[in-house]
Amino acid sequence: MAKSRKNEGNESVAKDDGAARGEGVVAVTARPKVPAAPKRPSADLARRAAAHVPAGRLAVRKTYKLYVNGAFPRSESGRSYPVTSADGTHLANAALASRKDARDAVQAARKAFGGWSQRTAYNRGQILYRVAEVLEGRRAQFVQEVVDADGVDRSLAESLVSAAIDRWVYYAGWTDKIAQVAGGSNPVSGPYYNHSAPEPTGVVAVVAPQSGPLLGLVSVVAPVIAGGNTAVVVASERAPLAAVSLAEVLATSDLPGGVVNILTGRTAELAPPLAAHADVNALDLTGANDMAAGLEEAAAATLKRVVRPEPAPDWFADPGLSRVTPFLETKTVWHPIGI
Amino acid sequence: MPDTALAAATTASNTSLRSFLHGLPGVDEVGARARAADLSTRSIKTSAKAQAIDLAIRMVDLTTLEGADTPGKVRALAGKAVHPDPADPSAPRVAAVCVYSDLVAVAVEALAGSGVGVASVATAFPSGRAPLEAKLVDTRRAVADGASEIDMVIDRGAFLAGDYLKVHEEIVAVKEACGSAHLKVILETGELATYDNVRRASWLAMRAGADFIKTSTGKVSPAATLPVTLVMLEAVRDFRAETGRQIGVKPAGGIRTTKDAIKNLVLVNEVAGEDWLDPEWFRLGASSLLNDLLMQRTKLTTGVYPGPDYYTLD
Repeated sequence: MAKSRKNEGNESVAKDDGAARGEGVVAVTARPKVPAAPKRPSADLARRAAAHVPAGRLAVRKTYKLYVNGAFPRSESGRSYPVTSADGTHLANAALASRKDARDAVQAARKAFGGWSQRTAYNRGQILYRVAEVLEGRRAQFVQEVVDADGVDRSLAESLVSAAIDRWVYYAGWTDKIAQVAGGSNPVSGPYYNHSAPEPTGVVAVVAPQSGPLLGLVSVVAPVIAGGNTAVVVASERAPLAAVSLAEVLATSDLPGGVVNILTGRTAELAPPLAAHADVNALDLTGANDMAAGLEEAAAATLKRVVRPEPAPDWFADPGLSRVTPFLETKTVWHPIGI
Repeated sequence: MPDTALAAATTASNTSLRSFLHGLPGVDEVGARARAADLSTRSIKTSAKAQAIDLAIRMVDLTTLEGADTPGKVRALAGKAVHPDPADPSAPRVAAVCVYSDLVAVAVEALAGSGVGVASVATAFPSGRAPLEAKLVDTRRAVADGASEIDMVIDRGAFLAGDYLKVHEEIVAVKEACGSAHLKVILETGELATYDNVRRASWLAMRAGADFIKTSTGKVSPAATLPVTLVMLEAVRDFRAETGRQIGVKPAGGIRTTKDAIKNLVLVNEVAGEDWLDPEWFRLGASSLLNDLLMQRTKLTTGVYPGPDYYTLD
């Protein structure tokens, strides 16, 4: 389904500029002079760099914060928690979100829902494709983060990141095709045109898988927003750093603020208020593991749509529309013929 | 406050009114803002919050002032005023329903025997630009239809032009037309430009016989800001100290969240005093505020975050 959505239309680059040169009408003298190649500055540059950049320079460390309403706030509680790599090395401190951060995130997602769901499906696809472009540009960073978080070797991490980017493009392609596949016109016995069209459910709370810091996360977030929903994501508790980096990608990809909100912290603290929240319309429990039953029960009070976790999802497998359609509502319109 | 004895400051002439109002001490604007900001940082939680929410609900003047108001909408609003939360009968009813004068009869019929008052805006609301006769007819009609409270607007043009006597005489005339109905005088502080003017307009209205002073119509921005409410609360406090007569205050417009409402209650308690913490003396003019109060109330009782889908729109 993936297709290029670049809308810049850069054909002019490839155009032959023979006409501009005059095709031999003017004599050879019209050719511009080729300037002499500049002297290679590397030796000089290296000398100056050595003089100005101290060897023991302190690196600028990143503060891993939440992503709510298009901004990067710390937790309102002011808390953070240490995140370690697979072998126990300290990587960074991530924000430890509270239930009030979850409440704020739902508010932001609700505010963003109107605008995001009413964009044309084509435009949503363009924006999601743009996200994939920016992801590709940050590939090295994500590879490093996957290596750190999961302790996998670099070549496996490379393929995991590639799969994640391709997954994003996959859903970018689906945005304006879902309606044709999941909707359509229905044959009815009566003088009516009868059409069904899928519409987004609303605000979806997503408990991201605990494993698969990037591919797993992308596989649960992209289908939700591709359908026109907005999302509140509880990132993997153990490996949340890639989620924060993904938030940085989303923040710089024309995705309106609030469409995706990412919380890092304890799943057991964040998932229950989201599951019970009356302004959340659907719940993806992929990362809830043994909390799933309780959360599903809490969600029942407000009749949420719930996606139950599979035992061990294979993130490399083709997901089809299995993660898109659960977050769509079917609207059916009966229109009388001949009026 | 002003040592000019009120009795002595006759209202016989514009000059004497002017010298009295301009003799009021100036408002420290920076100080008023800082005090309001300082008081709004108070943390009100758990049982105190529950009490504050219920008090705020009882203080709400549930308002609909649109050109598109229909009798049906007013009846729906009346229903909501009596039973704000259909799912929870323990939610108290609001103080009053506030409508345009031609819809008073509908509201009175819908609220008969419920204990919820009917307030009517009158006197060419919201601009106040009409001849006095028209304003009085408007008022008498609303009172005759059964309004228990009249919300009048002052003539801001006359006030800003310095014609205090005209503003004063209008309030006196409307008060007379009100009969037994309570008179709330809307100062429209957003158009008065300075806090000094807010203080002067408050005193002018109170001296002319207002039972309540109200910040705004809700049609002009800024509406009820905390510093403005603070200045007015100081005015009613000082007026009672001077004359023994207690006047109510009603901020209206722009109060949308429970937090805003609780900030107002803190302000009332700290500036005017506990005596004003009662629907008899303090009202909140609002429409969307009630839903937020109900949602916060639900959150406190159930522990679950509620959603706006579960509450009526108006």
